[in-house]
Amino acid sequence: MIPLVGWHPHETWDWLTSSPLFGLTLTVSAYALGRWAHRRTGNPVLQPVLVAVVVVGGVLLLTDVSYDDYLRGGSFVGFWLGPATVALALPLHHEWHLVRRAAVPLLTGIVAGALVSICSAVLVTRVTGGSRLLQLTMAPKAATTPVSIALSDQVGGIPELTAVLTIVAGITGAVAGPWLLDLLRVRDPRARGLALGAASHGIGTSRALQESRVEGAFSALSMALSALATSVLVPVVLLVL
Amino acid sequence: MSDLPVLKGVLVLLACQLVGELVVRLFGLDVPGPVVGMVVFLVVLRVRRPRPSSGLVRGPSLLLRHLQLLFVPAGVGVIDYLDVARDHALPLAAGLWLSWALGLAATGGVVAGLLRLRDRSGR
Repeated sequence: MIPLVGWHPHETWDWLTSSPLFGLTLTVSAYALGRWAHRRTGNPVLQPVLVAVVVVGGVLLLTDVSYDDYLRGGSFVGFWLGPATVALALPLHHEWHLVRRAAVPLLTGIVAGALVSICSAVLVTRVTGGSRLLQLTMAPKAATTPVSIALSDQVGGIPELTAVLTIVAGITGAVAGPWLLDLLRVRDPRARGLALGAASHGIGTSRALQESRVEGAFSALSMALSALATSVLVPVVLLVL
Repeated sequence: MSDLPVLKGVLVLLACQLVGELVVRLFGLDVPGPVVGMVVFLVVLRVRRPRPSSGLVRGPSLLLRHLQLLFVPAGVGVIDYLDVARDHALPLAAGLWLSWALGLAATGGVVAGLLRLRDRSGR
């Protein structure tokens, strides 16, 4: 006699956690939950990316599923960061007339911002007792992830840790950036967008896009130019500091 | 409305990124491929000047609306570094957040100051 139904919880669990469907469904549902919470409460601190990272991270820790297993599905989502970066040309195109007129203040601000970011990252990490390795890992954290990872590798930091620091800098910008800019009385949407893109790359830009199209356009531009400025300045600054 | 334009928009994004990635590798540039792809797409947009109903606008808009979703998998990478974060909490937290705030303030302050200065001088 062959039984028609059985009970295979272990096999099913093993299949589930090694299937891309797990990471993919978990990521999208955690993000949907984050969007719902953001809309429902109207609280700008509850940025969907923050809620989703906490929920997914919590689920993985509780279920003892490794990050690598999760990435089998998660990487399907992460892949679209590339095309989305390309898509940032759209707000830039819409506000091109404003961008052209602000060229000189814009470039000055981005170079100043990149210098301050890199120098303060190295010095503050050093003063608070961080090793040279940690200082090198921290230096490129303001640039967008593919750039910060490559730079960290180039100067002898820990690229994987730089990636995490970069993402946290981004989430910080989405959550607290506009609040700090209000506090500093920076009200011009062009300056606000440039600041968010320079300190918090694409994640900061997602918050800038929530505020206005002008702010989003300047943030997208700032993210791209800051990535350039950071890759030129990090090796130079590290020669001196 | 048909969904075909959105498909076309996504295809253009992929093509621009592909061009960017190829250019970066061919010429050994220290810039990420998607950033070069963004410049390529900007040129396409400046030349074609698409209407809002065009796929060149609707495809990218769809992706930008959910930009935060795309950062989630990278952000979850934090779970592999919780031990490191615990052992080096002070330099990591201070280095990251203080430097983040200073970078934000420097960029915002310099640009806002220069724009105000220029607007006041009236051109």
